[in-house]
Amino acid sequence: MGLGNYVRNIRETLGTIFEGMAITASHFVRKPYTIQYPDRMEIRVQDALPFRYRGLLDVDLEICTGCLACERACPIDCIVIDAEKDKTTKEMILKRFDIDLAKCMFCGLCSEPCPTGSIHHTPEFEGADFSLESLVRRYVKAPLVAYKPPKGPETDPDVAPILARGLRYLDEFASPGDPKARE
Amino acid sequence: MQQFADSLLADGFLAGLPTPVGYVLVVAFFAFVLLNFIMLIAGVTSWLERRVWARIQSRVGPNRVGPQGVVQWLADGIKNILKEDIIPEAADKPLFKGAPYLAMIGFFGAWVCVPFGDGLIIADLNVGVLYITAVTGLVVVGILMAGWSSNNKWALLGGIRSAAQIVSYEIPAAIAINTVILLTGTLSMQGIIQAQGWAPWNWFLFDNPFTFVAFFLFFVALLAEGNRTPFDLPEAESELVAGAFTEYSGLRSLLFFLVEWGNLYIIGALCTTLFLGGWQVPAFTENAFLLGVAQVLTFFLKSYFLVFVTMWIRATLPRVRVDQLMSLCWKYLVPISFVNLLGAMLWVVAFPHGSIVMRVAMFLFGLAIVLYFFSRVASHLRRARPEMTWNPIS
Repeated sequence: MGLGNYVRNIRETLGTIFEGMAITASHFVRKPYTIQYPDRMEIRVQDALPFRYRGLLDVDLEICTGCLACERACPIDCIVIDAEKDKTTKEMILKRFDIDLAKCMFCGLCSEPCPTGSIHHTPEFEGADFSLESLVRRYVKAPLVAYKPPKGPETDPDVAPILARGLRYLDEFASPGDPKARE
Repeated sequence: MQQFADSLLADGFLAGLPTPVGYVLVVAFFAFVLLNFIMLIAGVTSWLERRVWARIQSRVGPNRVGPQGVVQWLADGIKNILKEDIIPEAADKPLFKGAPYLAMIGFFGAWVCVPFGDGLIIADLNVGVLYITAVTGLVVVGILMAGWSSNNKWALLGGIRSAAQIVSYEIPAAIAINTVILLTGTLSMQGIIQAQGWAPWNWFLFDNPFTFVAFFLFFVALLAEGNRTPFDLPEAESELVAGAFTEYSGLRSLLFFLVEWGNLYIIGALCTTLFLGGWQVPAFTENAFLLGVAQVLTFFLKSYFLVFVTMWIRATLPRVRVDQLMSLCWKYLVPISFVNLLGAMLWVVAFPHGSIVMRVAMFLFGLAIVLYFFSRVASHLRRARPEMTWNPIS
């Protein structure tokens, strides 16, 4: 090892350390990338997720027709529906609509055959709980009459926006990314 | 401090007590105050270090316990105290139990000679610097003892590395100290500070080119002695689990970490005393109390800036290999420090009272390096075009 090599080693050591310190010093004024989920966020994560995000399932009972299509589509039987036809009034009566979210695998197969978009995924994903039992969502509190689509457009002002949302959900399933399907 | 104790015994708080009892009480009081100060310094340093690393790595760091996480260290300490104290079955039990306390004694002993301000020092020994160099050597005995008694390969390797490291790096550190001793003629900490002035060109750092080099030699050697990155081979977690501290848990492991983080302040205080003008401030006021506060603050800020630099280095440089560590010491630091000492001797012979021209020139040289450094930082920022924030706690 000659003297030139020796001096070059010293120079390179000092130079590289100097440059490295400059790079790390420049990081003191850079904004950290950390996202402090969940309590120190500028917006909720759920609001930033797309409309069709496959989060926890939800049911709009106002527009559920009681057709049992979702129950049949579910590959792991996490949906249980009791619906029977009233002999006298010819109406479908929903007695039970349970979804076991602990079993659900978020495949989305139930929301595809739904004729009204009643059963759908929400962007909500924070489902952690202390017992499996509390993850069973029981939507029907008391027996109720299922939705029957009228001939022509929906007239009930309470139901119309829910139905519009459900149909938009279905449309976006059918043609994802189609600008005409949105709105 | 003996004068202080004598005055208390004569006509003060402790009047009427037998002299030995009074001395013991005064010493115990100051030891208690100092121990609490060390805990606070080491704790806050551990928190700040994590925040500084975090910012350098584009993270946020611990910011939940207390405002911006300032009492994170307290939570960690309480957690560690409540943890189970495990002693391995095959360990050499007396040595295993005693090792953290030995390291703690060596570290705590050094604080006797750490100045805080004019006259604010536990004991201004006339061999001050030598005493600190000697007594911090006890820390390595503790670490070596911990490594040996754990009966664990990793721990033993870590302990032996620590011993090898400190034995090697004492040499450049001691010779770098000698460069300053040549100028002052005293080893006393306060004496060294009094030989400097408040102005940067009156600091020993800029006294002549040789002390300038000696400062960097000394700082690197102290980093190695304090087992700090890039020389943290004794606890190299990627190769040795936790090195000498592998088998330690609970309070005993806490003591080792206390020593490590508290040592940072000692590194800073030593460098400040020897090279950065210590507590010297311009005599801006007649009020002795205000002047004292300014001195304490000056000394603390200078020392803590160097602590910050060690954190910054830790976040920048990778750990060296053992052979690199040894070649750095024996092939570079030791020869350079000897040549440097020779140069300093010649300088003292040539200019017994120093040269103000050289001082100002060295100061301007140092200023130029700092300015060039900031221009490099700005250039990196321009090239990366990052999203910037000037808020230190965001």
